[in-house]
Amino acid sequence: MNGADALVKCLEEEGVKYVFGYPGVAICPFYDAILNTDIKTILIRTEQNAAHSASGMARLTGRPGVCAVTSGPGATNLITGIATAFADSIPLVCITGQVNSELIGSDVFQEADITGAVESFVKYSYLVKDAADIPRIVKEAFYIANSGRKGPVLIDFPIDVQQQKIRNFSYPEEVKLRTYKPTVKGNTLQIKKIVKELEKAKRPLICAGGGVRLADAKEELRSLVEELQIPVVSTMMGIGVMATEHPLYFGMVGNNGFPWANRAMKEADLIMMVGARVADRAVNQPERVMKDTVLIHIDVDPAEIGKNAGATIPIVGDARHILKELSEYEIDGEYGDWLRSLESYKQEMPVVRKPDPKYVDPAEFIRRLSLKLQDNAIYVADVGQNQIWSCKYHVVRNGRFLTTGGMGTMGYSIPAAVGAKLARPDRQVVAVCGDGSFQMSMMELATMRQYDIPVKIIVLKNNYLGMVRQYQHFTYDDRYSVVDLSGSPELEHIAAAYDMKFMRIRDMKDLDKHLDELLAKDEAYLCECIVDPMDLV
Amino acid sequence: MRRIFSVLVENRSGVLSKVAGLFSRRSFNIDSLAVGETDEKAVSLMTILSSGTEQTLEQIEKQLNKKLDVIKVKTFDEDKAISRELMLIKVKYNKGNRREIMEICEVMKAQIVDMSEHLMILQICDTPEKISLMISLLQQISIVEVARTGTLALQKCMEDS
Repeated sequence: MNGADALVKCLEEEGVKYVFGYPGVAICPFYDAILNTDIKTILIRTEQNAAHSASGMARLTGRPGVCAVTSGPGATNLITGIATAFADSIPLVCITGQVNSELIGSDVFQEADITGAVESFVKYSYLVKDAADIPRIVKEAFYIANSGRKGPVLIDFPIDVQQQKIRNFSYPEEVKLRTYKPTVKGNTLQIKKIVKELEKAKRPLICAGGGVRLADAKEELRSLVEELQIPVVSTMMGIGVMATEHPLYFGMVGNNGFPWANRAMKEADLIMMVGARVADRAVNQPERVMKDTVLIHIDVDPAEIGKNAGATIPIVGDARHILKELSEYEIDGEYGDWLRSLESYKQEMPVVRKPDPKYVDPAEFIRRLSLKLQDNAIYVADVGQNQIWSCKYHVVRNGRFLTTGGMGTMGYSIPAAVGAKLARPDRQVVAVCGDGSFQMSMMELATMRQYDIPVKIIVLKNNYLGMVRQYQHFTYDDRYSVVDLSGSPELEHIAAAYDMKFMRIRDMKDLDKHLDELLAKDEAYLCECIVDPMDLV
Repeated sequence: MRRIFSVLVENRSGVLSKVAGLFSRRSFNIDSLAVGETDEKAVSLMTILSSGTEQTLEQIEKQLNKKLDVIKVKTFDEDKAISRELMLIKVKYNKGNRREIMEICEVMKAQIVDMSEHLMILQICDTPEKISLMISLLQQISIVEVARTGTLALQKCMEDS
């Protein structure tokens, strides 16, 4: 057995089903060894997307997604994907080939200092120097990636270490890391303080972030708020934690959120942030919003508490444990008036759009699409105007809403949808992107074709980088710079080239018929929607 | 505000760059940094002097704790610590100022550790303030080069700590 065999065996021990990647000489021993296993390999068309696909898979399985690429450019191409996962706290184990360990530092062909380059985007990284360390390293990598605040871990694997013979292989039962012990259980005294504050509060609000999903605390949150009748808003990463139409859910906050959700944040006398970073796009000027508010901040990462807003009650731990423990207390609170006023804000502050009937209205399109989707469908939103429309108008029931809220990496949706569909072949998977983001990942249509991955891709086409155009509209008085996408290919021809079904929707006429056709079969589809180039989110 | 961070780290390759990189990546200041092995070979101690607002200093501690190679972070204010720095300083001398240099050494409790016809190396181990004072005293004579360790510090002895 050599190092590569050992690594592959470790992946089997971890229950890995898929590896996304792109080979090169420096990772060839690994890709040779993997042929001896049942682990399926997916040849993605550019390395960045290997990380995105692994991210899509991780978000559906709750286990770290795995990608493996070669040294040098393979590794550096992966970085944006790693950084995306890091910003959104998605667990990944990224394996990179490396040149012969004796040549490291001599700038040989396809050498890159990848552990150095990704230092600020990973939870941890390893450079394997001795194949005997592989079982311990892989065990640690999976544990680190998927515990505490989740995130990517990178293992850099020189080719000679992949080829190094090892005698005994045994996979460790547990990890021993003296420097890493994430807090799981919340401090009981702090939880008791929350109970007291909730009893005093007149206008409490829970702001749910991506951490609720990562901690698998969706049910705990729902039962707590239903029990106490506390209204909930969410950050972008928290969308889907509450069903969109739940009577206690008031939508996304932030500079792209709903006005009534932001008003709720302003008027609340108690805000409980759960697994949310209080980041700039979600809470503008937190010190002002939180001035007279009791701020309870629940996060598994102590560094997030107090980073952007000083919490009245900080509480470090796993959201699921804490919410569960909190629900064991009898909390005497009465928030009926507050709920009624939030209801009335929603009525008083309608979002009025005046869509041009010559085009598809993205808001109404997304709403009607989501109502046609299966109850547990997976909806992947890309980045740009399409993302904001998706956040606001997609109706989540028991399905999932995936997007990159932290990094905002264009091109995320198609590879992430590929990973999600492979993880859950039984569920409908829809990727919604713009014509800019589509072109950043359209090479993955080949991956879909090669492995028969039936994802529905919807392109909201406006011939602009719409989000930037909108920014230039407001900030630069319509002086458009480098946002014109008019050279884009005919999507119909692109679809034909990849043997995909294609439809173009020009306006809202017969929309239901189009959607029925789009979703009729579990087959790949490229759907182009012509939207108003001057539309604003 | 200034604070001392006494950071126990795993003695592995790349640890220094990871910790230093954390400071630059998050725009934290490093006023001084000293690293060395401890009584345990696998463990090094990094003594970092940093300054910033209370909130920044708290973030530094939390971010350091997130690094997997960091075993333990202790922080304390300068007045709660015994701080020392070691400096070697090479000066050019002549008959006219030799006496003066030796007087400075005597007052400052520095030693002459090497000497040639025109050059001498002085060694001083003292608080960072005294080290700076020594430099300014010798600046008026003729400094050739200076090497200082950065501040080493341990929390003052308190039986309950």
